[in-house]
Amino acid sequence: MSGAADVPGGADRVPGGTDWPLWEVFVRPRRGLAHTHAGSLHAPDAELALRNARDLYTRRGEGVSIWVVPATEILASSPEERDPFFAPAADKPYRHPTFYEVPEGVRSL
Amino acid sequence: MHEGVYREFEETIAAGERIEPRDAMPPEYRATLIRQIAQHAHSEIIGMQPEANWITRAPSLRRKAILIAKVQDEAGHGLYLYGAAETLGARRDELLDRLHAGRQKYSSIFNYPTLTWADVGAIGWLVDGAAIVNQVPLCRCSYGPYARAMTRICKEESFHQRQGYELLLALSHGTEEQHEMAQDAVNRWWWPSLMMFGPPDGESPRTERSMAWKIKRHTNDELRQRFVDIVVPQAASLGLTLPDPLLRWNEERGHHDFGPIDWAEFHAVLRGEGPCNAQRLGQRRRAHEEGAWVREAAAAYAARHAARPAGRAA
Repeated sequence: MSGAADVPGGADRVPGGTDWPLWEVFVRPRRGLAHTHAGSLHAPDAELALRNARDLYTRRGEGVSIWVVPATEILASSPEERDPFFAPAADKPYRHPTFYEVPEGVRSL
Repeated sequence: MHEGVYREFEETIAAGERIEPRDAMPPEYRATLIRQIAQHAHSEIIGMQPEANWITRAPSLRRKAILIAKVQDEAGHGLYLYGAAETLGARRDELLDRLHAGRQKYSSIFNYPTLTWADVGAIGWLVDGAAIVNQVPLCRCSYGPYARAMTRICKEESFHQRQGYELLLALSHGTEEQHEMAQDAVNRWWWPSLMMFGPPDGESPRTERSMAWKIKRHTNDELRQRFVDIVVPQAASLGLTLPDPLLRWNEERGHHDFGPIDWAEFHAVLRGEGPCNAQRLGQRRRAHEEGAWVREAAAAYAARHAARPAGRAA
């Protein structure tokens, strides 16, 4: 495991430089839908991150709610771990309904 | 050594799947993308200048509101792209430093002046039109964050192109003077727009490798031809002509033939000898320096309030 999903600029960021911290932005497109990742931005604090996110990612009414998260706070599975990490899911076809045989004509199953 | 370390990268590319930020990738792939995305981001923010030149003199409130929204979009496009470059480990402040030092380029088109109001229309119709032809294939680029940024940008660009077309249509069907103004703007922007696709295929050294990596999907000349074929009937519908006596439909090829492009001019502008290079870069540096106190004040405020919790997630 290691930090910041899409962001070598986040968890793996080299300290120093003059940029404000990086924030990841999640937007709920409309009621009934989950927040989804829209992108990232720089802001000095959470409040301005939220305002900047509104100006950057919802100029055309693309959202009804926004989350901003410091990029460094995101924990991500890393690609190097990809196979072993997700391997337990690969050999269990019986978790899918298509694994089972059902006689023809049986309904609502 | 490459084969072993980057086999997964090669397989992902070959399968037509996307590379994501933390995947292992050849350093040349990373460097190529950083250079291309940064150059693209720089073009977006430098591109705000020629049009912002006309905001205070827009002929109506409607046109002014449209132009402000468009220039704001360009800033947004720059930010999407800087964000994409950062996923590759580039730092935004360093990319800006390189732009300001003249070590990274931006599209040569923005080194031409906007002399009349009609230029705002010509930029929207031709320059943004050319950008769309260039950018639509980038939505399928092999690097995920770049492709996602381009998808967002392309959605917004179509408003840019349409407002330019509509502006020129109004001028073209206006007074004789207005019609002439529209025609003059198209005459000046036509050839630089064709140059936006870059040097001809034989002289574009990086094209082959970028296509193998599926960063680029079509050659410069293919995209240029596509643009010409799209624009010729649009010009007719505007009641305007394109300034190329050799422009004609070629039945055999199924495409329009067009005259030779002045590549000497292209390279001169690229070298910094265009009409507005110094002005554009000077303005960018000045804006950055004059904004320094805002960045510092906001950082100081944030540091002082660091302990205070923000709003709850909901």
